[in-house]
Amino acid sequence: MRRVSCIFWLGLKEMMSLRRDWVMMALLVWSFTLSPLMEATGVASSVNNASIAFADEDNSPLSRALAAEFFAPEFQPVVQIEPGSGAAHMDAGRFIFVVAVPPGFEKDVRAGRIPEIQVLIDATAMEQAGIGANYITNILSAEINRFAIGADVLAPPPVEIILRSAFNPNRDTVRFAGIVALIGQIMWLTTILTGAAMIREREHGTIEHLLAMPLDPFDIAVAKIWANAAVVLIAAGLSLTFVMQGALGITISGSKTLFLLGTALFLFTATALGVFLATIARSMAQFALLVMLIILPMLMLSGGETPIEGQPEWLQVGTLILPSRHYMSASQAIVFKGAGIETVWPEFLWMALLGATLLTTSLLRFRKSVVHES
Amino acid sequence: MNARANPSSFRINRVTHRYRKHVALDALSLDLPAGKLVGFIGPDGVGKSTLLGLITGAKKLQTGTITVLDGPIEDTRHRRRICPAIAFMPQGLGRNLYAELSVRENLEFFSRLFGQGEAERDTRIAALLSATGLAPFEDRLMGKLSGGMKQKLGLCCALIHDPKLLVLDEPTTGVDPLSRRQFWALIEAIRLENPELSVLVSTAYMEEAQSFDWIIAMDAGRALFQGKPEDLRGQAKDLEAAYRRLQARGEPQGAPDQAPMVEIDASPVITARGLTRRFGDFTAVDHVDFEIKRGEIFGFLGSNGCGKSTTMKMLTGLLPASAGEASLFGRPVDAHSREMRREIGYMSQAFSLYGELTVYQNLRLHARIFAIADQELRIDELADRFGLSTHMDTLAANLPLGIKQRLSLAVAVIHRPRVLILDEPTSGVDPEARDAFWALLLELSRKEGVTIFVSTHFMGEAERCDRVSFMHAGRVLAEGTPEELIAADQADSLEGAFISILEAAEPPTQVAAPDVTIDGPKTGSWGSLSRTLAYARRETVEVMRDGVRLAFAFLGSAILMLVFCFGITLNIDELSFAVLDLSQGPESRAYISEIAGSRYFEPTPPLESAEEGRARLKAGDVSLVVELPPDFGRKLRAGEPTEVLATVDGAIPFKGETVEGYVAGLHQTFLGMLAQDSGAKPTEIARIEPRFRYNQSFESIAAMAPAMPAILLIMLPAVLMAVSVARERELGSVTNFYVTPTTRFEFLIGKQLPYIAIAYVNFLLLAGMTIFLFGVPLKGDPVPLAVGAFLYVWATTSYGLLIATMTSSQVAATFATAIASVVPTIQFSGLLQPVSTLEGGAQIIGSLWPSSYFLHLNVGAFTKGLGWEALASDILALACFGPAFTLVAALSLRAQEK
Repeated sequence: MRRVSCIFWLGLKEMMSLRRDWVMMALLVWSFTLSPLMEATGVASSVNNASIAFADEDNSPLSRALAAEFFAPEFQPVVQIEPGSGAAHMDAGRFIFVVAVPPGFEKDVRAGRIPEIQVLIDATAMEQAGIGANYITNILSAEINRFAIGADVLAPPPVEIILRSAFNPNRDTVRFAGIVALIGQIMWLTTILTGAAMIREREHGTIEHLLAMPLDPFDIAVAKIWANAAVVLIAAGLSLTFVMQGALGITISGSKTLFLLGTALFLFTATALGVFLATIARSMAQFALLVMLIILPMLMLSGGETPIEGQPEWLQVGTLILPSRHYMSASQAIVFKGAGIETVWPEFLWMALLGATLLTTSLLRFRKSVVHES
Repeated sequence: MNARANPSSFRINRVTHRYRKHVALDALSLDLPAGKLVGFIGPDGVGKSTLLGLITGAKKLQTGTITVLDGPIEDTRHRRRICPAIAFMPQGLGRNLYAELSVRENLEFFSRLFGQGEAERDTRIAALLSATGLAPFEDRLMGKLSGGMKQKLGLCCALIHDPKLLVLDEPTTGVDPLSRRQFWALIEAIRLENPELSVLVSTAYMEEAQSFDWIIAMDAGRALFQGKPEDLRGQAKDLEAAYRRLQARGEPQGAPDQAPMVEIDASPVITARGLTRRFGDFTAVDHVDFEIKRGEIFGFLGSNGCGKSTTMKMLTGLLPASAGEASLFGRPVDAHSREMRREIGYMSQAFSLYGELTVYQNLRLHARIFAIADQELRIDELADRFGLSTHMDTLAANLPLGIKQRLSLAVAVIHRPRVLILDEPTSGVDPEARDAFWALLLELSRKEGVTIFVSTHFMGEAERCDRVSFMHAGRVLAEGTPEELIAADQADSLEGAFISILEAAEPPTQVAAPDVTIDGPKTGSWGSLSRTLAYARRETVEVMRDGVRLAFAFLGSAILMLVFCFGITLNIDELSFAVLDLSQGPESRAYISEIAGSRYFEPTPPLESAEEGRARLKAGDVSLVVELPPDFGRKLRAGEPTEVLATVDGAIPFKGETVEGYVAGLHQTFLGMLAQDSGAKPTEIARIEPRFRYNQSFESIAAMAPAMPAILLIMLPAVLMAVSVARERELGSVTNFYVTPTTRFEFLIGKQLPYIAIAYVNFLLLAGMTIFLFGVPLKGDPVPLAVGAFLYVWATTSYGLLIATMTSSQVAATFATAIASVVPTIQFSGLLQPVSTLEGGAQIIGSLWPSSYFLHLNVGAFTKGLGWEALASDILALACFGPAFTLVAALSLRAQEK
């Protein structure tokens, strides 16, 4: 009982210290307001404002109708270029897409000779190239088909496909980017706050002071963990309500409480990671370098930036040990798909297991690192 | 002594210096004689260091004038001219030296800063090392030297260029008495050799000032006295008493008298038997024995690093002993025993309470941790007794040092411990506050029977202890009451006793003035290049010896390259899908096998109902659900139009759209097959042929691998560069840049050169990984790529310099540089969004950002197969950034401390 109260008071001290640390407070506010706002509204991950050119050697009503089918915001206004100059334009990085319409295209369509349109795609424009190619193919074939059916050279297809985008009918990217940004901030900030609090205590010599009292390394670490986790949890909850739902107008399909519960589980591992890194780093500067090397990959591989399915098989298995992956996946299920505990419990279990393992390791290391310091 | 008669005296005229609201120097005017040993005395925080910093030009003068070596120091031209004649050793053991460099390397670095040729350098270093007795340790790292040796090395580095003015800021604080005595002997010998040499020195040990030619007693930014030491002392017992009298402007208070001990209990409270502690192969504490009785004040006297703190930590259970045993109240010290720690009050070396909490909050926190029953009462009582009542709501960080120490003591005794362990509790505190502190200790010991174990390096404090133990290099050399110790060595003081014990333990090294005769003309006409290279060489050695920075420098980019390239693959395949086949005919099976047979999709067990499909999408088990209506086969056979419902998991927009694209494509293929089989009217009228240029198979690795170096080669080199500059500022070695003839460009470029090399090695490493690990061939011309990469890393390291000049700490430099290099690179350089798709302002920023050009260059050379012609414009653009960033960095770098 006495121990619990010590941990409680130490944690409270932690919060009072944080309140007086202007740099960390500024970082906290920025991370949960402006930063996710900018990320959510900034880069659209699918095709946006793509540059496209037509090398039209047909110049028929059909070919002109094709060029007129590309609109903002997906595409920039179509630029007509000299036939054959597409490659040079692309080398200079002026266009991502160049559509080459061969001479006599419309005539060939009418005659059922199945002419060919070439779409040059700059494959180095990673995200835009693949999806953009699909867009362009669909736009072109829809327009050509409409023309052909009208000209009675084409039968309507016997089977129509109806594509439905579940959970996100409008293919809105803001919701996704906003939530992923928020999750990213939670990861960064929790680790940095906890680790920095730990190292500050060591650099100021206060840790020895604490250890000379009837306190264990365990008590000190747990106090830091609960206090920093609580701060981040509150900040995340506020950000979810006021920034995500309020400013960005994001709808949360599932239960907010469940999302925060998952967040709390994750914070447990992220704070433990902060303690762990603090035991490795000898100084604040080393800690800062380490954090960059560890958190960046954890975020990149969590499935937020790019789908897990894109990773090589062996890496997909490897990333199972990243708590960030389970948190990302559970959060997406709850926020986007309205999943309940009956769906996300395996992810929660993973997080709890990984968190407990990491926490135990960090505490053991922490005790050792304190003891072996001169 | 008439200072004014000497032409090159130092004249300080109405100098005021402020740090925000705090006034460090208050309209100070002084005339100091040249060619003399001039001492500034007074406790911490009276303005000594500030004044010395201003005199050497390390700090920028705010108001007033200072004449140094026949000219005003505030005049930049004069300051640069006299720079080579000044040597400055700042406060703190080895603060301006480099811990990762050996003794010799440190000396070589300073020699190069003053443009000495190799022959001259070797002669001087040999002379200095042998004169100071450091010669046997020339290969030892500076960080591993003892305090006394660090100070000797600092002196050698200061003397390497034959200065006319030597400025030493508290050179002997924390050094053992023997080393201190040697240090002053060395200074004396040097002054005999060079009678014109002026030495300005500050010290907190007032007794040292006895032998100075001229002293200035300072308090609160003013001079209380200036003149000869004997004039200051006058009738007083010693200089400290005289100072106390000056400060109090009244009668001398004198140290409080030692009250007799109330009770001597036969049973010892603290016992150490053969107590030993090793750190690796270094023995910090070597078989220490002592016994401390109840109510006794036991003093531990020794220099910094002699093992005092380590011994104390073993007694508190903070450190386990390697051998031997320590016991408290007859029970062995157990690190895990909470009960035992309730009996101890511990006050560690530096002020170690929470500066961000108020006095009251600090007291309350500790009261709560010890679960004291009568919390508020106890806090009030302590506040009263320790004179803290008027400060209860002040932040601890804002308290004067003396009151901080009282707060520390109050916190240490809040739980009424029976034993107090105090590790150098009074260093830096002024004499009056120290007396008050000792009065409290006496009261605790005599009235409450608290056993007090206190360490100090002040002889005056040791004299007040009941018993004293001399510690040196991990061993206890002697123990007894102060009177016994003095008598045993037939010394006249405790200090004398300590010195003779030390001399007996370890024969002193002989010191003499260095004998330097330089044959031939002094070299050094190429000073600027030599200085730049001196910084470059030193930086290289330092990075190579710092494990974390080294790993970050060479492994960081490789690790992140692996993660990014494997992690950010945008080719997704083997996505799982499920089918709700309500038709169950050959046609529907054909449709399903079309999807299942593609490399994009992997089938999972078929669905029973539409609800199940939704549930599995929700759980993320499948990314696609295909629903075929009951009459699918019949309608198809009858030629009636029918439809397929494909529901895609759109939660991740990018993935959703990719899946939609795949399904639509497979659907078209199915239609084509159908048309072929039936021979009906064609369903295809034109063919749309996508051609992925540069990367026919559209493998994202081929796009990813050449793009990644653009971000990695800005982030990591810029961060490393910024940290290295911020580090000098944080550790204090930047002083060498302030007070030596180094220019801003020499400093910046010298530090930059190794990082350009490191970054270039990284470029080669990443290019190698791209080709050999990720199998992306270099199709274009390697020469323009190699040139462009060099210009790029020049630009990115310069960018790091620029950010570092604007940040104050290493942590701030790391995060600020990381954010300020990653954000524009990701947003505006075309990494995610090609530059051609950026709009307005974003495009302008992109065109002013080096990564845009390097991205185009690297991708162009690798995947687009471009050569000189197409890449020349990128190279030209890149060539502008390095010089521009360096120029701005040099302009914003301060050449003096504020």
